[in-house]
Amino acid sequence: MKKIFFSLLTATTIALVYLGCSKDIHGRTDDLPALNPVNIDIDAGLWKLVLLSRVDSFAVAAPAATNLPGYLGELNEVKGLQANMTDDEKAKIRYWSAGAVLRWNEIMRELVAKHNLPPYQNEDGTYPIPSGANPFAYPQFPFSNPPYAARAYGYVSAAQYDALVACWYYKKFYNRAAPYKIDSTIGANAIAVKTDLPSYPSEQAVLAGVTAEMMKMLFPTEIAYINAKVDELQTATMASGACVRSDWTAGEALGRQIASVFAARGRADNTSKAVGSQIQWDSLATATAAKGEIPWHSLETPARPPMLPFFGNVRPFLFDSLTVVNVLRPGPPPSTGSDEMKKQTDEVYGYTSNPTADNLHIIQFWSDGVGTFTPPGHWNAIAAEDFVKENFSEVRWARNFALLNMAEMDAAIVCWNTKYYYFNPRPSQMNPAIKTLTGVPNFPSYISGHSTFSGAAATILGHIIPERADAYMSMANEAARSRLVGGLHYNASDCVVGLTVGKNVGNYAVQRALTDGAE
Amino acid sequence: MRITERAKQYMVAAVLFTAFALQVQTAKAQTDADAIMMAKNNFCVGAMYGHSSWKNYWEGTFKRNNLNLGTVSTQMYSVMGNYGITSKLNFLFGVPYVQTKATAGTLHGDEGIQDLSLWLKWMPLEKKIGKKTIYAVYGVGGFSTPLSNYEGDYLPLALGLHSTNLTGRIIGDIQHGDFFATASGTYTRRSNITINRDAYYTTSMHYTNEVDMPDAVSAQFRTGYRTNRWIAEALFDYSNTIGGFDIRKNDMPFPSNNMDWTSAGVNVKYNFKKVPGLSLVGGGNYVLHGRNVGQSTMFNGGVFYIFRTAKSGTVASHSCKLCAK
Repeated sequence: MKKIFFSLLTATTIALVYLGCSKDIHGRTDDLPALNPVNIDIDAGLWKLVLLSRVDSFAVAAPAATNLPGYLGELNEVKGLQANMTDDEKAKIRYWSAGAVLRWNEIMRELVAKHNLPPYQNEDGTYPIPSGANPFAYPQFPFSNPPYAARAYGYVSAAQYDALVACWYYKKFYNRAAPYKIDSTIGANAIAVKTDLPSYPSEQAVLAGVTAEMMKMLFPTEIAYINAKVDELQTATMASGACVRSDWTAGEALGRQIASVFAARGRADNTSKAVGSQIQWDSLATATAAKGEIPWHSLETPARPPMLPFFGNVRPFLFDSLTVVNVLRPGPPPSTGSDEMKKQTDEVYGYTSNPTADNLHIIQFWSDGVGTFTPPGHWNAIAAEDFVKENFSEVRWARNFALLNMAEMDAAIVCWNTKYYYFNPRPSQMNPAIKTLTGVPNFPSYISGHSTFSGAAATILGHIIPERADAYMSMANEAARSRLVGGLHYNASDCVVGLTVGKNVGNYAVQRALTDGAE
Repeated sequence: MRITERAKQYMVAAVLFTAFALQVQTAKAQTDADAIMMAKNNFCVGAMYGHSSWKNYWEGTFKRNNLNLGTVSTQMYSVMGNYGITSKLNFLFGVPYVQTKATAGTLHGDEGIQDLSLWLKWMPLEKKIGKKTIYAVYGVGGFSTPLSNYEGDYLPLALGLHSTNLTGRIIGDIQHGDFFATASGTYTRRSNITINRDAYYTTSMHYTNEVDMPDAVSAQFRTGYRTNRWIAEALFDYSNTIGGFDIRKNDMPFPSNNMDWTSAGVNVKYNFKKVPGLSLVGGGNYVLHGRNVGQSTMFNGGVFYIFRTAKSGTVASHSCKLCAK
């Protein structure tokens, strides 16, 4: 018996040690190498702007000469930061050195996930609506649901792009070399990857300024969090030897000014009217019933008002609002009373009543529901991890994200416009026996948001990285299919049409990419 | 949220209860020091059914119901067994088949084989004081691992949390006449799990499909009446996940939530006189207070039978007054 007990004890000990050792988790982007661009895109100041009327709309004063005492003092500040650097400070430098566009995008995705919570109902069964005027009260503003998130990614990425184009313009114009080039001591201690890119104004500072300023509009409860990140990035960039304080100050100011142009557009882009009122919600149902169709209703209890029903009127980036209605919005789904609709509903039931392991896997992989960074965020994550391998310059990172996220925002606009124009019921409304394998979103069925987002994203990403085009399209098809087999959407109407509409939107981004001067 | 985890724990408790009862009853009946555990080569096997359900649950400390879930229930059909390796070392196992369901809303339930559980139970110390009092100390080592690829990230309808666990438990028992009291403390070491998503938010964003699962501690106190024929006991449970995070208001639950609870319940066991070795068990349990869990009400029942192998035939006289003639 002693023998048995001893061997069991040994086995248990080994198992414990094994379990004990395996608990550390590393994220896929935790330990990326420093960004070392294959091309610094020195002429990016000529690239086509999104909103700014001129690349020099906001003046940046000429920097002091590098042989004056003021600049020498700035070099000493950098040397001071480089002396006695703690491990934590070094870790922060390494973190940001992977790319500031990448890291700000990750922070955006984090904030979207954090705020993607539907409000809890009031005692009387109504729902409170988050208020931008009082963002800290429950429910906090915003509820970053998919259309809100798509727009947030769109604005931040577009603003970052315009800001970096302006930054590159001034970099080339003033052509002040980075401290690691000017001072040999800083050069020797530099953690930054050394390139020939001029450092005035600092691109990291421009990104920090523009992003922080946009966040005031988009995630007002997170200003303190964002400011801490701004400070962290400033210290990391200066300590890395990549910029001095005047590079930073000029850059941050430029970024904040450019953000103001985007924020002004955002305040007037119809988003403030996207929620609507009870009378408007009721009229959507009435109008649909008047056409002889079964109107969508909320499948939640108590019934929740439809998610941003007038988001379809938000002003897009890549085309105008008339194009949304006249060109991109698809024709109607099959009539709710038709045999075709019944056939499509039965098809959904067939999948949900016999979920296979493969189907469950893709349903969960693409669910991107409550508490996640939403489908546009998922495509940002996919894009980011591929962009890392491409060694783009920061301005090209920003350009590619702007193309992706303007497409995603505009896809959301077209999709939402379609959803509320037809107000088509979900499969589970048509047949309550359909039990879904992930949560049912609280908006009409036609057309599938996942499919539209994915079609648009795959199209523009396939243009940016052509060798991955087929892979992106098969991912988009899988994302669309996940909504069919999960019981959220009809195939032929919602998923197939959604993918097509998404690709059409994505093609506008491709057209822009072909003419923006970056290719 | 972790109804299935809770249900499993009670199943574990139930099978330990069974085994424990066997051992202590045997001990009580015997004076020989080597006969205090289930007799060598005896094999007790049984089937259990458990039903657990809740309407109310806690998101962090906020208690609520959810009309989009209605009542969430778990049914568990288990096969469990206990084999006497020696009179002081028993081997136990359990395999449940689990079904989950919500009565309202659109979410699809789940079903399948959940986790295989294995335990080794050792009684290093057992002592009689005076004529009526016996005390004993036990150490239990447990291992459990998923037997199917069910998704842990489908709470509250997931079959389980999908972690591989190692469990260490110390039990102390004292019997005085027909009454007893048992206290135990348990530490559960959980492996990380992988989920079908490749990014998730807890209190920060994680770009991985791997989830760091917090460990847990639990304690139990049970007391009641225990004779050769009957056992009736009340039990109190306390379970505390060390770490993990709170479900925010109206957020989805997640496997690495900080799940805590206290519960109270009763168990009854009856050993048939006419069919030696056959017994029935039943019990109920209710969560008094919790955090990031459902306020479950749980019932279970089962039937167990002791097979004696040829080898153990000779020990029939001391193995079980339980399965007494």
